Amino acid sequence: MSTADDRLDELEAQSIYIFREAFARMKRMALLWSLGKDSNVMIWLARKAFLGHVPFPVLHVDTGRKFREMYDFRDHYSREWGLDLRVDPCPPLEQMDPTLPPATRSAARKTEGLKLALEKYGFDAVVAGIRRDEEATRAKERVFSPRGLEGDWNVREQPPEFWDHFNATLPAGAHLRVHPILHWTELDIWAYTKRENIPVIPLYFAKDGKRYRSLGDQDITFPVASEAATIDEILVELATTKVPERSGRAMDHESEDSFERLRVAGYL
Amino acid sequence: MSANVTVLPSAPVDAADRQLVRIVIVGHVDHGKSTLIGRLLHETGGIPAAKIEHLKAISARRGMPFEWSFLLDSLQAERDQGITIDTSQIRFRTPSRDIILIDAPGHAEFLRNMITGASQADAALLLIDAAEGVRDQTRRHGYLLHLLGVRQVTVVVNKMDRVDYDEAVFRAIESEIIAYLAGLGVQASVVIPISAREGDGVATRGTRTPWFTGPTVLEALDQFEPARAPQELALRMPVQAVYKFDDRRIVAGRIETGGLSVGQEVVFQPSGKSAVVKTIETWPVPAAGEEVTALHAGNAAALTLDREIFVERGEILSVPSARPRATRRIRVRLFWLAEEALEVGTTLIARLATSESRATVAAVHEVVDPGHLSTFESKRIGRNQVGEVELLLSRPIAADPHRLNPRTGRVALELGGRIAGGGLVISVLDGEAAQPAPAARHITPVASAVTREERLARFGNAGAVVWLTGLSGSGKSTLARALERRLFDRGALVTLLDGDTLRAGLNSDLGFFDADRAENNRRLGEVASLLKGLGHVVLVAAVSPSAQARAQVRAVVGPGFFEVHVSAPLELCEQRDPKGLYAKARAGEIRGFTGIDAPYEAPITPELVVETDKLDLAAGVDRIEALLAEAGVFQLRPAAADDTGL
Repeated sequence: MSTADDRLDELEAQSIYIFREAFARMKRMALLWSLGKDSNVMIWLARKAFLGHVPFPVLHVDTGRKFREMYDFRDHYSREWGLDLRVDPCPPLEQMDPTLPPATRSAARKTEGLKLALEKYGFDAVVAGIRRDEEATRAKERVFSPRGLEGDWNVREQPPEFWDHFNATLPAGAHLRVHPILHWTELDIWAYTKRENIPVIPLYFAKDGKRYRSLGDQDITFPVASEAATIDEILVELATTKVPERSGRAMDHESEDSFERLRVAGYL
Repeated sequence: MSANVTVLPSAPVDAADRQLVRIVIVGHVDHGKSTLIGRLLHETGGIPAAKIEHLKAISARRGMPFEWSFLLDSLQAERDQGITIDTSQIRFRTPSRDIILIDAPGHAEFLRNMITGASQADAALLLIDAAEGVRDQTRRHGYLLHLLGVRQVTVVVNKMDRVDYDEAVFRAIESEIIAYLAGLGVQASVVIPISAREGDGVATRGTRTPWFTGPTVLEALDQFEPARAPQELALRMPVQAVYKFDDRRIVAGRIETGGLSVGQEVVFQPSGKSAVVKTIETWPVPAAGEEVTALHAGNAAALTLDREIFVERGEILSVPSARPRATRRIRVRLFWLAEEALEVGTTLIARLATSESRATVAAVHEVVDPGHLSTFESKRIGRNQVGEVELLLSRPIAADPHRLNPRTGRVALELGGRIAGGGLVISVLDGEAAQPAPAARHITPVASAVTREERLARFGNAGAVVWLTGLSGSGKSTLARALERRLFDRGALVTLLDGDTLRAGLNSDLGFFDADRAENNRRLGEVASLLKGLGHVVLVAAVSPSAQARAQVRAVVGPGFFEVHVSAPLELCEQRDPKGLYAKARAGEIRGFTGIDAPYEAPITPELVVETDKLDLAAGVDRIEALLAEAGVFQLRPAAADDTGL
């Protein structure tokens, strides 16, 4: 076995450990499925942790503005993988904070949609597929991240987390974010997707010199210039690129702190 | 961070066989960590052009010169204050390693974040400002590296430009820090003089330090090895859960140390149950003949056993010849992060691997301020201090001394639902009563013929001990009697144990000296525990001034112990003086009277405080009744399920 395989095994074992800890300690958890490459790997890891089962609901907080390919993927694989899928809509744009820049405001719908879904089902924990290497504020996250009553993130007062001991005690009405792939990189995700043969949405592969590196709402997500039409080619591209992964996600770049404002309010 | 900076010098993709090493940079605030990291990223292959442009724009907008540290301090709040608040991670490559750099804040305020970052590291760079030398926080971080188990440490003396690259300055710092670390059992691999701002000694040998012949920072990074899960130690697999999938009972966990194979005999501690490993389960289901038959340290495991035994989360799987000890008493060297000091009587949750247990501090042996290198006599471990304590656990857990197994020889401590400290198990003490008489070894307690469930079904309540502690005259007995009436009327099996009543008979041989008080307390605890076991809700009203004695009772009783502090100001108690005792104590007729000439150690974290100067009697009774109801004492509950209900 190569060092690269060992490394993927280590990442996988750590994620399985996190999944099992969360499931043992929380009463009602759900997995947030954004249909992207990361959350597909996450579902795969959950099935590894629970021997082929996903023993909790899978939640898609739907903005209604995803790509058609994403909806097709969701409908097909939720059946094939036997998921307990819950689809919940987001509130309309008009209800969002008008002081936010336009794309950020649009993305804020997802935060509100999530809040409504949490209330509706009474989940005390949601599993989210964010990674430290994606974005600066996500690098600050804990594996178990307790949220305030409004779903807000108090980045200044995060509790310590060490030796795989996680903070899981919450005030009534608050919820926990669980991040089982926080320690993975974009490159790891693709190498693992390839090794495990995990299905992906074709939008990630280059067509006419462009591909999506990160998938979000159609109106605020843009493709990057690329010739990578297979996973192998994506791996080569990622080894040399200096373009950040989320450069095609408009809400990250509207103002210096737009993404941070979203996250403090409870965005993923 | 620039965690979205994965800096890869146009390297071939084949780089699959590179070692991945996690490194933390620690040290005093303002000693230049973020600058060193910015410099390292720059020297090892460049940072995305877009990122640099973005940071330049931010610097310009703030009217500041370009700072490498802005790369890391990417949160708005950090840019405003100029210090790193939380930990972030950055990747880059040296000639033979993939490095994950964990930046940890140097400010004392954020020690919890430094610990969060450093606990994930294989190796550490300890940074010291040449102009300032070794500081409090340098020492504190050195000490924490030792406690966190980071064994590979390189010291970097930064800002050599500010001392004109003076060798004498460097050598003085070098010998001081080497001596300090050696005292902790940490050996610094090398001490390197650099200027991160100017670039000397980072990627290239500084021409301004010709007297230094050692490696550059990059060369030192290249020598670090990943810390592997210890294969060579005895098998330890803490149980995370027992699942019931597809008609199989599956014991799930992670192998922390050692290895395991199908057909091996294993034993679970603390229950002592044994079985043989039948299969190792994996998904996707492997083809016939391709099944996994052995696992090693670091692997996630899912096992089936050859027989139906009841094991639960928190137990540790091992081999019969080298099993961890089952204990209710451990001595721990710990770091403490909470505002509230840790002292005798403090009640915590202790987590060792996957086990969870209530723990009470029974003794504080030593307190160290690692910043000042001083050990002092104290009964309290304050925030950011280090110390040694003895913990009494509410139920037995499996534990190893840290020197035998670092993974199952360390605990995290939770206060008020939040991780507040952690430490190494220095020794695993006997879980029995503090001083068992020699004859106790030959005693075999006889189990009751009536089960706990049968008692529950008949009485409608679970056994519990409500321990009312407080000054004489605070209202304990009054409250206990009213509570007894209330619980009796609701149909509970309730028993009142009054300290004075017991002193009249069972404890009539005891006085009020410290040793007698302790024995009085012990007997009260044992009697209460016995009655609890028979299904009684036992109400104990006793001054019980010693926090340590109460902690011991808590440990004896185990779950279902409710410490209630019945509190009233001393002046009020003295004014009430229902038994005329204060008057006698004041007159010198009684010696060692609690509150007058003997101390009362108020509980730090009781289950409840009832302030009898502010609440009327009925409200006090309401609170205690609600506490018991909330804890499920009055509910008829089925026996605990033996799996997660899947």
